[in-house]
Amino acid sequence: MATHVIPKEPLKPQVVETPQESDWTKPQAMAIPKEGYFKAEQGRYGPLFPRTPACHGFTIIAKIKPGTEEEIRQYGKKLENALAGDPHVLAPLQLHYLRWVLFDIGQNKYFMYQGIFDTDFDKYTEDAVALFAQTGINTIFEKLEGFPSDWKTNVPAFVKFLRDHQCPSFLEYGEYPYVTAGEIKKALKLKRAFSDMLDQMQ
Amino acid sequence: MLDFGDIQHFLLARTPALAARYEFLTFRQPAAGRAWLAGLVDKVGTGKSVGDNSPDSRWVTLAFTWNGLRALGLDEVSLATFPEEFRQGMAARAGIVGATGANHPDHWVGELGNPALHAIAVLFARDVTERERCKKEHDRYLSEIGGVDILSGLDLEAIHPGEPREHFGYRDRLTHPVIEGTGEVPPPGSLPPIKAGEFFLGYMDESGSRPAMPQPEILSRNGSYLAYVRLQEHVGAFRDFLRQQGQTREEQELVAAKLMGRWRSGAPLVLAPQKDDPALGVDMQRTNNFDYGKMDPYGYGCPVGSHIRRMNPRDTAENIQRRQMIRRGGTYGPRLPEDVPEDNAERGIAAFIGCASLVRQFEFAMNVWANDPRFKDLGNERDPIIGTQDGTLDMTIPTRPVRKKIKDLPAFTTVRGGAYFFLPGIKALRFLAAGALAVLQKPRKVS
Repeated sequence: MATHVIPKEPLKPQVVETPQESDWTKPQAMAIPKEGYFKAEQGRYGPLFPRTPACHGFTIIAKIKPGTEEEIRQYGKKLENALAGDPHVLAPLQLHYLRWVLFDIGQNKYFMYQGIFDTDFDKYTEDAVALFAQTGINTIFEKLEGFPSDWKTNVPAFVKFLRDHQCPSFLEYGEYPYVTAGEIKKALKLKRAFSDMLDQMQ
Repeated sequence: MLDFGDIQHFLLARTPALAARYEFLTFRQPAAGRAWLAGLVDKVGTGKSVGDNSPDSRWVTLAFTWNGLRALGLDEVSLATFPEEFRQGMAARAGIVGATGANHPDHWVGELGNPALHAIAVLFARDVTERERCKKEHDRYLSEIGGVDILSGLDLEAIHPGEPREHFGYRDRLTHPVIEGTGEVPPPGSLPPIKAGEFFLGYMDESGSRPAMPQPEILSRNGSYLAYVRLQEHVGAFRDFLRQQGQTREEQELVAAKLMGRWRSGAPLVLAPQKDDPALGVDMQRTNNFDYGKMDPYGYGCPVGSHIRRMNPRDTAENIQRRQMIRRGGTYGPRLPEDVPEDNAERGIAAFIGCASLVRQFEFAMNVWANDPRFKDLGNERDPIIGTQDGTLDMTIPTRPVRKKIKDLPAFTTVRGGAYFFLPGIKALRFLAAGALAVLQKPRKVS
């Protein structure tokens, strides 16, 4: 791509001030109120949850419909294969990590979907819904009690289910706080580029 | 098949109007509102009656707030079936769309945040003379029927007759979605035709299904939602900024282009990164024929944070076919000649954004594309033209070898008002004018 001429003087290069939250060298923890947020700030679908030293994320816990455990477990393998076929299939979610867990409470089986990601979920909700449909993640959600059957066309109902089953953290910790997956990948790319460069200079 | 005979023309056809009048109305009694509506329904153009070669000299559009539907007598059960964002209205959701600080509803003009705002009558006219004639006629009509009052009005005029430009001087109306079923062919580089359900209720949308509609269906079918925004443009501040950022005319024009993503001629920076190309700007076969992912991934031509790259990220956004909107409107206020200092007259754009879901389309665009400071990992930026600016944000201009960063970007625009309207089809207008009687004639099951 061609470059262009930028005015010489006035578009001055700036020294970027480093906001406190981007100081990745200092591990940080954040205790979070019971509601999941510090001040009520309305997003499109409800209160916004804060970005913490452990980035954005949610922990959805819901009871599964009786007899569906095996199907849910098998879906794990399906998603593994889908990722092998297209490693970037979940890219729109800007994830760091996903953890899916099945566990018992009394006689009942529960599903936990814990995700750590870099976007505010409220902002990209519809993209997540579309992606869930595209990858079949919905096949798991449809096994959860109370999940709206018209979720594909009724985003507000889908979001309400997630919000109703979201268990906010009361503490989140980041060893390298507020660093996004994109920044980590950029740093690793740079490291590889430098490493290649040094190899070439031998 | 689109019901062209029932859908109001507003989102289907662009009229050759050079002047307009918006009248924001309140109904003192339901009967007055219904009488007013009954007398006007026949003047509302449809997708069928209004086309490119429309012989008319004026075009009427009618739309209602949620409070307005109630004021016309719609029952509470039906009112509750409208989506929450429409029921709340824009003023209640000001924080979501970025109307904070100087843009907050406390500072709005024209009673647009007032719950008494019930309806808008939009008049597009071929010229100012026709506009003035229609204004007088509407005044006379209102005084005849009584019980319907004008809360405020706004006159609009094209400031560059012959070519659509807004007050900052940028050429406008270069990109719009093509609706499936209209027969229009998308110009090169544009998205394929978008399913009608993205704009009109009752049709298949891009999810592949027909979403549930507000009830009764006679009211919602062929309707759309409109987000109205009156955006003041601070032309003096904009020109001062360009002069501070560039010593020569060429340098200033480049800064203006970097903010927008297009030169003021309309030529896109991705295709004309170094020098303006006015012929490219107006050539509809070429002016949209570009992407970002392959042609300008790092924004060396068109900055990632520029207005057009935020408000239409093309191939670099997910689900882009579900974020399309149809824009209508125009400029208001006098043009500020190039060599004249700021005169403090209010001037700007007063526009409607048409869609089938305010929360998924309009509010997403304002909340995320325009105002998310972390959009595409930018960190501390909002849309430089329409984002909520308070003098503390940046604008990054990727440049080799090191990016340039403009700090403390001033606000070039201020929201002076806004509202959410429902734009019903013609049958729905008649249904409302008749006192929403279909509900009584054919009771619905309410579970």
